[in-house]
Amino acid sequence: MEALKQELKEKIINILNLEDITPEDVNDNDPLFGDGLGLDSIDALELIVMLDKDYGIKLADPKEGKAIFQSIETMAAYISEKRTK
Amino acid sequence: MKKCYINGTGCVSAQKTVDTAFLEEIVINDTHNVLELALPNYKDFISPVAARRMAKGVKNGIVASAKAIQEAGVQYFDAIITGTGMGCSVDSEKFLKALLDNNEEFLTPTSFIQSTHNTVGAQIALGLQCKAYNFTYVNGAVSFESALIDAKMQLEDEDAHTVLVGGIEESAENTLEFLKMSGAIKATSDVPYKVLGSDTPGVVFSEGATFFVLADTQQETTYAQLTDVAIYNLLEPDEVAAKLKAFLKNNNLTVNDLDAVVLGFNGDVNYDSYYTTLANTLFNTTPQVYYKHLSGEFNTASAFGLWVASNVIKLQHIPQAIKVNNLDRPQYKNILLYNQYRGQDHSFTLISKC
Amino acid sequence: MSKGVAITGMGIISAIGNTVQENYNALIQGKTGITPIENIATVHKVTVGEIKQTNQQLAESLGLPADNNYSRTAMLGVIAVKQAVEDAGITNINEYATGLISATSVGGMDMTERFFYDYFESDENHRYIHAHDAGDMSQKMAEHLGLKGMVTTISTACSSAANAIMLGARLIKSGRLDRVIVGGTDALSKFTINGFKTLMIFSDTYNTPFDNDRKGLNLGEAAAYLVLESDAVVKAQNKKVLAYVSGYGNANDAFHQTASSENGDGAYLAMQKAFKVSGLEPADIDYINAHGTATPNNDLSEGRALIRAFGNTVPDFSSTKPFTGHTLAAAAAIEAVYSVLALQNNIVYPNLNFKTPMEEFAIVPQTVLKEKEINHVLSNSFGFGGNCSTLLFSKS
Repeated sequence: MEALKQELKEKIINILNLEDITPEDVNDNDPLFGDGLGLDSIDALELIVMLDKDYGIKLADPKEGKAIFQSIETMAAYISEKRTK
Repeated sequence: MKKCYINGTGCVSAQKTVDTAFLEEIVINDTHNVLELALPNYKDFISPVAARRMAKGVKNGIVASAKAIQEAGVQYFDAIITGTGMGCSVDSEKFLKALLDNNEEFLTPTSFIQSTHNTVGAQIALGLQCKAYNFTYVNGAVSFESALIDAKMQLEDEDAHTVLVGGIEESAENTLEFLKMSGAIKATSDVPYKVLGSDTPGVVFSEGATFFVLADTQQETTYAQLTDVAIYNLLEPDEVAAKLKAFLKNNNLTVNDLDAVVLGFNGDVNYDSYYTTLANTLFNTTPQVYYKHLSGEFNTASAFGLWVASNVIKLQHIPQAIKVNNLDRPQYKNILLYNQYRGQDHSFTLISKC
Repeated sequence: MSKGVAITGMGIISAIGNTVQENYNALIQGKTGITPIENIATVHKVTVGEIKQTNQQLAESLGLPADNNYSRTAMLGVIAVKQAVEDAGITNINEYATGLISATSVGGMDMTERFFYDYFESDENHRYIHAHDAGDMSQKMAEHLGLKGMVTTISTACSSAANAIMLGARLIKSGRLDRVIVGGTDALSKFTINGFKTLMIFSDTYNTPFDNDRKGLNLGEAAAYLVLESDAVVKAQNKKVLAYVSGYGNANDAFHQTASSENGDGAYLAMQKAFKVSGLEPADIDYINAHGTATPNNDLSEGRALIRAFGNTVPDFSSTKPFTGHTLAAAAAIEAVYSVLALQNNIVYPNLNFKTPMEEFAIVPQTVLKEKEINHVLSNSFGFGGNCSTLLFSKS
């Protein structure tokens, strides 16, 4: 689980081009959207594609992303339960 | 009718034009068929969070507009109008490559979202929180002049007081390759390249962003009055002189009233005769200026030309590096710009000292 | 007082017809043009508003040589623009100061996406390289018309054609031109199909504007052009006026690169500006041709903006996107043609596929064809980058 969390932090920084942020800056329970990392709805769509491409999880409705992408913690929990690759 | 003044300018180009005095440090490059930009320090203008999705064209547009806004000291705009022939090529290519390489799977939206031609205008509006009129013109070499015509109409007839106008072009990897294949960009074997007296086809290409704050009132920072702009989709070489005279007549001027002409020479032997014909006849006693040896050619290079002309009027001086002939005038009051690309998209732009 | 800028001719090609009359017939018969895609090889199963003619058929109908370099967008544009000029009875295009203001978003992308890697392999298709530029379509249209003068192109995503119509009207009002041909053209492409798919606002079946369970849009392709002429030309040539462009407004939502703001600020401002230009009041509007793309975000934002602009008495409104699909930069032009037809025939078009009212507000679209006196139509078009445009059309 810790490895997955680290992996997710690195991926998010890389995919979303978050210059000046390191994995150490992101706490597991920090909100990713809004006040936390400041991600928005376009980032959410990028993360949905990442779920599909890297973990084999398909979301049909972008609204489902809201609960999953609350924090690194919630993402890691969801992925480890649903991943197909 | 109200008048239209150029009150601020900002320019990102192949020359150092962001933080230097007018053309004080120029580099003439005759060995590259694509000129690289002298990049500004983006972090001085855009926060990293905002910049993280932006392609270079968007960033250059934001920097150039910020410089123009800063100089004019304006906070609010009644319109933001941009011109770009090719639009956001980098993100368009990025999305298209991803689509083709992954057979339409695992695509993400960011580059698609930023691929629309109006991205720069939209991002500037978003940054300024400006809910005003926002248009983008995309018609080859008259993209920028179309924006100017719109802006003038707003200021002169439609109650606008300040308008932000700009021309932006960004080059993308494959698009440049395509333009080389098509012969639009000069062959590598034709080196060294020159703009005046060239005997080879094609052009030296580049990119850039140039913005202007136009307003209906004159102020200390005013460069010139934007007197008139006209565009024509097609003109035969022998039609240009007559059109030009009619354009000047409309403004109660003749060729003798022009203190300088800024010509869009780009070194394409097949089309520069449009300029040489005028230079050798109608304008043979007029100081002549060229600029694409500094900026390179691209759809909105003529915005760089207007930036040059505006500075000539403001400083009342033509730097040696942009002179076509050796004529001078004691005063630079009226300057005409003429541009075309491959025989299409002709434009006349007239600016005058206030 | 002038009623606005006269419309004296129209031309259109869309998924529901190759002429103005065919489009009108489909609209009043409730016949949709949304079908499974045929002309583009895509891995996705999509339903679109597609014109069922291949590029070769289009080229033949225009008499183009086999080695032409017309993108599909350009061919559609030429077909519609020629119809419009013919409809206006123009025989000498350069007799008056005439301009062409066109709109496109994809430009020649349909060819670029086909030959993007092929260009490196062979020079067979290099002629299409210069057909990518948006301006290339406008040049080709002007060439077909023999038009020499002011030609330019606008691209503000899905509001592009509304802005072309707006600019044309302003050029006539300001006296800069006597006659302007305005409109837009966009062909379907893999680029846009995949683009909207990544945004997850794509309907796999049929779009359902203003329905609570709407899933998203169907893309479409189309071109439409209108001829605008000054009062002086109309008088001198004793022209029949089809309708007037009586108002227009453009504003920016300045909220988000793609999404509309919750309260539809940009849309509201665009409508306000259009009312101001026309001198009309909200109560004067008899029919609203909504943008109504059937994306969750657009219809909520637009609905709220309508309520802000019209209060509790929102006039009959419908989206015609279930007929044509969302034709991007051409949308406002085809909907301008539909608005004029609504004025001429006193018809409100049905908003197809609507079942369940939205939970956020009480307004519901007109779902069956309705005949009533129509004097003023409002047409909305919104695009990426917060670009919001409104046009008002009035009876001649």
